[in-house]
Amino acid sequence: MNLFSFLKPRASAPVARERLQILLAHERAIAGGSDLVATLKEEILGVIAKHFPLEREKVQVKLDRGDAFSTLEIDIEVPSLSKVHAGTGSNGGGAKLAAP
Amino acid sequence: MAKVLVVTSGKGGVGKTTSTAALGAALAQAGRSVVVVDFDVGLRNLDLVMGAERRVVFDLINVIQGDARLPQALIRDKRVETLHLLPASQTRDKDALTGEGVGRVISELKEKFDWVICDSPAGIEKGAMLAMHHADIAVVVTNPEISSVRDSDRIIGMLDAKTARAEKGERVEKHLLLTRYNPARALRGEMLKVEDVLEILSIPLLGIVPESEAVLAASNVGAPVVLHAPESAPARAYLDAAKRLQGQTLPVSVPEERRGLMSKLFGRRVA
Repeated sequence: MNLFSFLKPRASAPVARERLQILLAHERAIAGGSDLVATLKEEILGVIAKHFPLEREKVQVKLDRGDAFSTLEIDIEVPSLSKVHAGTGSNGGGAKLAAP
Repeated sequence: MAKVLVVTSGKGGVGKTTSTAALGAALAQAGRSVVVVDFDVGLRNLDLVMGAERRVVFDLINVIQGDARLPQALIRDKRVETLHLLPASQTRDKDALTGEGVGRVISELKEKFDWVICDSPAGIEKGAMLAMHHADIAVVVTNPEISSVRDSDRIIGMLDAKTARAEKGERVEKHLLLTRYNPARALRGEMLKVEDVLEILSIPLLGIVPESEAVLAASNVGAPVVLHAPESAPARAYLDAAKRLQGQTLPVSVPEERRGLMSKLFGRRVA
C-alpha cells in the first residue's frame, strides 16, 4: 500500500484545517470582541505611526478564544530594520482576557 | 435542580434532532425525567424521529398562546416512561414564538423535569436564539467538515454573548458533540480529525458519534438510536455522552461497530 502512496492525491484535511484557522481568526475578530480588537488595532497603529510610516494591513490583531484563557496575538510587520532602528516583529502572548 | 440543555449547531443537517432524541432517551433510561422540546416551528421533525407524529394534539405554540395547558401538549414516550416530548407547531410560523412565552414554558418544565432538552432549529434567527436563551448547558453538534465547524464557531460566540446566562455575567457550559465521524477517512487525511476540530473550537468534547447506518435505520422506524439499536456504535457514543452530562468522567473514544461471526467470515458489515 505504502509503496503506491505517492499515487494518491495529497490529503485534503490539512488544507481544510488551515483554511478554517485563517478564516475563523478573522471572523472572531469581527464578531467576537469587535470593540476590543478594533480599539486595540487603532491605538497600536497610532503608537507605531509616531515612529515610522506603517500600512494599516501590516498590523494584525487576533483574539483566540480558549477554554481556560484566551490568547491575544498582535502581529506587526515593520519595514526593513536598516531603514528604522525601532523594535520589530510579532508579539504573541498568553494575555488572560475575559471571553468576548 | 432541573437542567436546561440546548442542542444546537448553526448548520442544518448535522444531527441535532437525532442527537436530541438519543441523549433524551439515554438520560431517561438512566432514570431521569426528561422532556425534549422541538423549537423548529414550521419544520418540526423531533416528533417524527421519536415516532410520536400521530400523537401530536397540542404544541409549544398552543401552550405559549394559552390555547392549551402544558400537560395537554406533553406526549409521553411509549418505550421509556420518564421521557416526554413537547412538539413544535407545524402550521404556524416562527414569529409565534415569543421570548416571554418561551421563558414561561421553560420555567414550568423545570418544575416537572430533571432535564429540559431544547432541539434548536438551524440558523441564527429567532427560533435558534430562543432555543439557547435559557440554557445552562449547550451541546454543539458539529460534523468534521469546514462549513459545520465555521457555523459552530459562530454559535459558540452567541452562547457566550446572547443567552440569559451571558446577560447575567455567567457562562453556559459548552460541549462539543462530533457527529458523522469516519475514523478511517480521518486517518487517511481525507477528513478533519477530532483533534483538529477540538483545537479550532476549543470547547470540551462530549462524544464522538461515528457515521453509521444505524442512525438512518432508527429514524426510519421512529425510534431514538439508543433504543432501536443500543449495541450499535452511535448508540454507545450517545449513551456515554449522556453519562458525561450526568457528571461521570469517561475516556472518549470512537465506538466501533461490533461485528458478528457471520459478518467477520464474509467481510460484510451488519448495521
